[in-house]
Amino acid sequence: MAEPLPVAILVEDERQIRRFVRTALEAEGWNVHETDTLRQGLIDAGTRKPDLIILDLGLPDGDGMEFLRDLRAWSNVPVIVLSARVGEEDKIGALDAGADDYLTKPFGVGELLARVRAASRRCRDTGAGLGSVFEFGDIKVDLSLRTVHRGAVAIHLTPIEYRLLALLIANSGKVLTHRQILREVWGPTHTEDGHYVRVYMGHLRQKLENDPAQPKHILTETAVGYRLVQTARD
Amino acid sequence: MPTPSESRPDPDLLLAKVKRQEADARRGKLRIYFGSSAGVGKTYAMLVAARKLKDEGREVVIGVVETHGRAETAALLGGMEIVPPKSMPYRGKDLSEFDLDAALLRHPSLILIDELAHSNVQGVRHPKRWQDIEELLAAGIDVFSTLNVQHLESLNDVVGGITNVRVWETVPDTVFDDADEVVLVDIPADELLERLRAGKVYVSQQAERAAENFFRKGNLMALRELALRRTAERVEGDVQAYRVDKSIGSVWKTANALLTCVGPDAGAERVVRGGARLAGQLNAEWHAIYVETPSLQRLPAARRDKILATLALAQDLGATTAVIADADVAMSVVAYARSHNLSKLVIGRDPARRLWPWQRSSGQKLALLAPDIDLVEIGRSDGALRDGDARNSAAWPALPGAESGDRRRLKRLRYLWAALACIAVTLLSMPLAAHFDRSNIVAIYILTVVLIAVRLGRGAAALAAVLSVCAFDFFFVPPRFSFAVSDVQYFLTFCIMLAVGLITGQLTAGLRFQARVAAHREERAGSLYAIARDLSGAVQIDQVVRISAESIERTFRASAALLLPNSAGELAMTTSRGDATLAVDSGIAQWAFDKGQPAGFGTDTLPGSEVLYIPLRAPTRARGVLAVKAHNRRLLRIPEQRQLLDTFAALIAIALERVHYVEVAQDALVRMESERLRNSLLAALSHDLRTPLTVLVGLAESLTLIKPALSPAQRESAEAIQDEARRMSTLVSNLLDMARIESGGVKLNLQWQPLEEVIGSALNAARGMLKQHGVEVNIPRDLPLVRFDALLIERVLVNLLENASKYTPPGSKITLAAQVVGDTLSVSVSDDGPGLPVGREEAVFQKFTRGERESATPGVGLGLAICRAIVESHHGKIVATHRPGGGARFTFTLPLGQPPAAAEEAEAADG
Repeated sequence: MAEPLPVAILVEDERQIRRFVRTALEAEGWNVHETDTLRQGLIDAGTRKPDLIILDLGLPDGDGMEFLRDLRAWSNVPVIVLSARVGEEDKIGALDAGADDYLTKPFGVGELLARVRAASRRCRDTGAGLGSVFEFGDIKVDLSLRTVHRGAVAIHLTPIEYRLLALLIANSGKVLTHRQILREVWGPTHTEDGHYVRVYMGHLRQKLENDPAQPKHILTETAVGYRLVQTARD
Repeated sequence: MPTPSESRPDPDLLLAKVKRQEADARRGKLRIYFGSSAGVGKTYAMLVAARKLKDEGREVVIGVVETHGRAETAALLGGMEIVPPKSMPYRGKDLSEFDLDAALLRHPSLILIDELAHSNVQGVRHPKRWQDIEELLAAGIDVFSTLNVQHLESLNDVVGGITNVRVWETVPDTVFDDADEVVLVDIPADELLERLRAGKVYVSQQAERAAENFFRKGNLMALRELALRRTAERVEGDVQAYRVDKSIGSVWKTANALLTCVGPDAGAERVVRGGARLAGQLNAEWHAIYVETPSLQRLPAARRDKILATLALAQDLGATTAVIADADVAMSVVAYARSHNLSKLVIGRDPARRLWPWQRSSGQKLALLAPDIDLVEIGRSDGALRDGDARNSAAWPALPGAESGDRRRLKRLRYLWAALACIAVTLLSMPLAAHFDRSNIVAIYILTVVLIAVRLGRGAAALAAVLSVCAFDFFFVPPRFSFAVSDVQYFLTFCIMLAVGLITGQLTAGLRFQARVAAHREERAGSLYAIARDLSGAVQIDQVVRISAESIERTFRASAALLLPNSAGELAMTTSRGDATLAVDSGIAQWAFDKGQPAGFGTDTLPGSEVLYIPLRAPTRARGVLAVKAHNRRLLRIPEQRQLLDTFAALIAIALERVHYVEVAQDALVRMESERLRNSLLAALSHDLRTPLTVLVGLAESLTLIKPALSPAQRESAEAIQDEARRMSTLVSNLLDMARIESGGVKLNLQWQPLEEVIGSALNAARGMLKQHGVEVNIPRDLPLVRFDALLIERVLVNLLENASKYTPPGSKITLAAQVVGDTLSVSVSDDGPGLPVGREEAVFQKFTRGERESATPGVGLGLAICRAIVESHHGKIVATHRPGGGARFTFTLPLGQPPAAAEEAEAADG
């Protein structure tokens, strides 16, 4: 084989979870390294040059947030976080600290693999640079001309709506927290005005989604943030 | 000349105005029909006005109306609702009285109560009817009442002087002045006399003889003038209030206040009334003080009580009162006036008799001391003496003079000691006479007199001086053993001896008095210091109760108890030790607590009680009631002592409040700790339950993905395992959420957000369950933002959708709709399935209830119970109904609020 297999590091203390995650990833063509402590995980991340890290937030030997901050100081490797449903603050904290995506336990293998694919594609895309045209559903965004079309019909967006859309496109597939969106679009002084984001996201959905109440692309991650999905499920 | 700053409204006055308006808004309005005498038609005028209001639709009720058998008046009563009077037994007779509690219970918009000046029978809550009316007004009920000019407190003696008829039922001027409206009912004297002759004026039988003198034309004209003038004064007051109200250049003079001096003479009441009238005319605040000198302290108990009664009268008339102990009246009066910035003095004229030609009247003394202070002397009248005494003995029952007997015995003993000392000195000096000059003997006697003055007081010193002179004359001045004097120069010696003795006696007695006053002051300060120190150390209610009772017993020689409210606001007795002498009336205590006003002994409310009830008012609210029963009751009538007691009450209230907050803080700490414990327990439980479920779901799904593919049967089993594991996971989530919500430990993460968003995510989450159902979403685009916890409301929607999918056959249609109803947002989930069992609409929200008893549908009925708990924690409601056309409908509401402004402006700035 000319190209070596991509490397994934799995930091998880539950053996059975490690087992099925490993099986699923290996079936997708990943080279998986397992570890059950954060310490070892951080060492592996430094030595094995991973292309992906899957991190359980509920490890007994330390704080996952600490791990993320350490890691982000020197690496941009995609990180997917596993967490229980009660810990919404933990998820937001992990995303703000630099995680790319999260999965709520219990999760299915299909969900996991979809997230893994999205994360590694985004990683590849950033390396290559985004194309000037981005499409989702029947919407076509020309990032160089700053125009948005549904089919042949031009859609008018206000400056804030456009900036919001551009941010979502730049992070397509990734979860953005309310705080991250506010900081990027409105600036650092507005990070507490969560309703701004919700109101403008609503405007955007009304202009871009066929059924704003059941969006297919601009998805809400309840109490956490938003995610733009390029290819709709089902 | 008004400068701009002077014409600006005074902020303090404006603040007072705002506060007054707030209080006024809740308070009922008082209208007084005011007339110069009986028979002018006040009751008639009041009834006519009330009838008119009733015809306009006001709720008018009659409390008391005296028709006195007049047909026109009685006719006006027809068809009016009357509060039935209650009958009170009094001296073997049953008297009917106005029933205050029934009126408060009835709570009409307007009540008519005749005869404002009426005195209630003993045993009714308040001694006076105007106090009943105060309470009605405080409860927000409007009152119409009637009043004759002779019943006004400050005009009482003036009217008495004109007509020679004194009335005992009076109304404080403050009631008249604070009335919202005064309507003057006026007819000329001749017409009134005409009506009298025609028998249209009611005269009670016992007053018939007096009435002959009363209803003379001269009297009636004078009374009419008084009534007109008093009304005019009030109108002027209104104009002034209006000017302040409208910020028209203030006419308020701050240094306008006046000071009235109360003396021991019978004319003191006249002085107080004069002061009150003057203060009313000047629209100024006023003070009344009594300076207690050593000689006044020796007055009999009855006269001292009378002085305190006069001070109480001054307080009723609106004065700030004080008792000052000082030997020099003029000096202390001037000092008081200066320290309180009072620019006018009102004093009674001194009696004409003077002991010595060089003695100055108190007016002259004051004028010399303070030439800048205006002085008003009120003339005396002999009539006032008799009347005043009669009044006071009626209003102030004589107090037992327990002390005076002891004191008299003590006094006699002192004189005896003084006499014995003189005899002893004479006996001792006898042998010395042979060796020493007589002038030295004189010195020994003078020394004796000084010592007696220091030890035994002024009277004993005077006696000793006289005895010494006699003894010296008899035993030492030749011819010895005779009062005859051979040398005229000894008369000079006698005079000097006597003078020195009397003067030193006077001086030392003054010193003793000063020392005693200082000691009293120190005692008061000391007791305050002691209770403040003790209370500051108290950390439990019991300690506060014990310390309060002990301190009050020590300081006032009184039994005391605290009554503290329970959670329902009802007072309960807390005595530290079983004090049998303190019989507390819980009704009076509750009244004092509810109204925040003192009641019982020495107050306006139920003064017949032996116990004084003082509400314990702390900064945030009343914390209880202090009940005090003094063994020496005069003590509590002295303003200084009452003020000291009030200060005690304030300290106790603050201590109680502090203890209360200590408890609140401890509770909060315990709650926080238990919440932390519960949260960590739930988190651990959640982790331990979810991990195996995650493994189950993951492993079962990986089975379906492995190569080579499983057989269809194996694959079906793997999928079933996965489905059941997921269902189990939902169940665990529901159980944990329920536990968290039920324990009250849920902190809602409330955010302003569009409902649309959470509907979208709920549909997304319930996607798997709704595969076989059609879903229709029906929400308007312009819904306002609502404040809710997105995760919990998503859970409600998912549960409702899951419920709908579970209980309807595949292919059914589920409709999700939302709309604004009033001030709530109403969200409904309906289906066209079999619907709810009739009569079970409410029961479905109970825990572990399912629609049909023997249904094969899986799931524990916890979903709807959680929905209810979540919606109610958002202050909303959830109901289950039948959908018109068949099926079930679940509707929940969320309160709409005032959403924050969205940042539309930012866009404009951008674009």
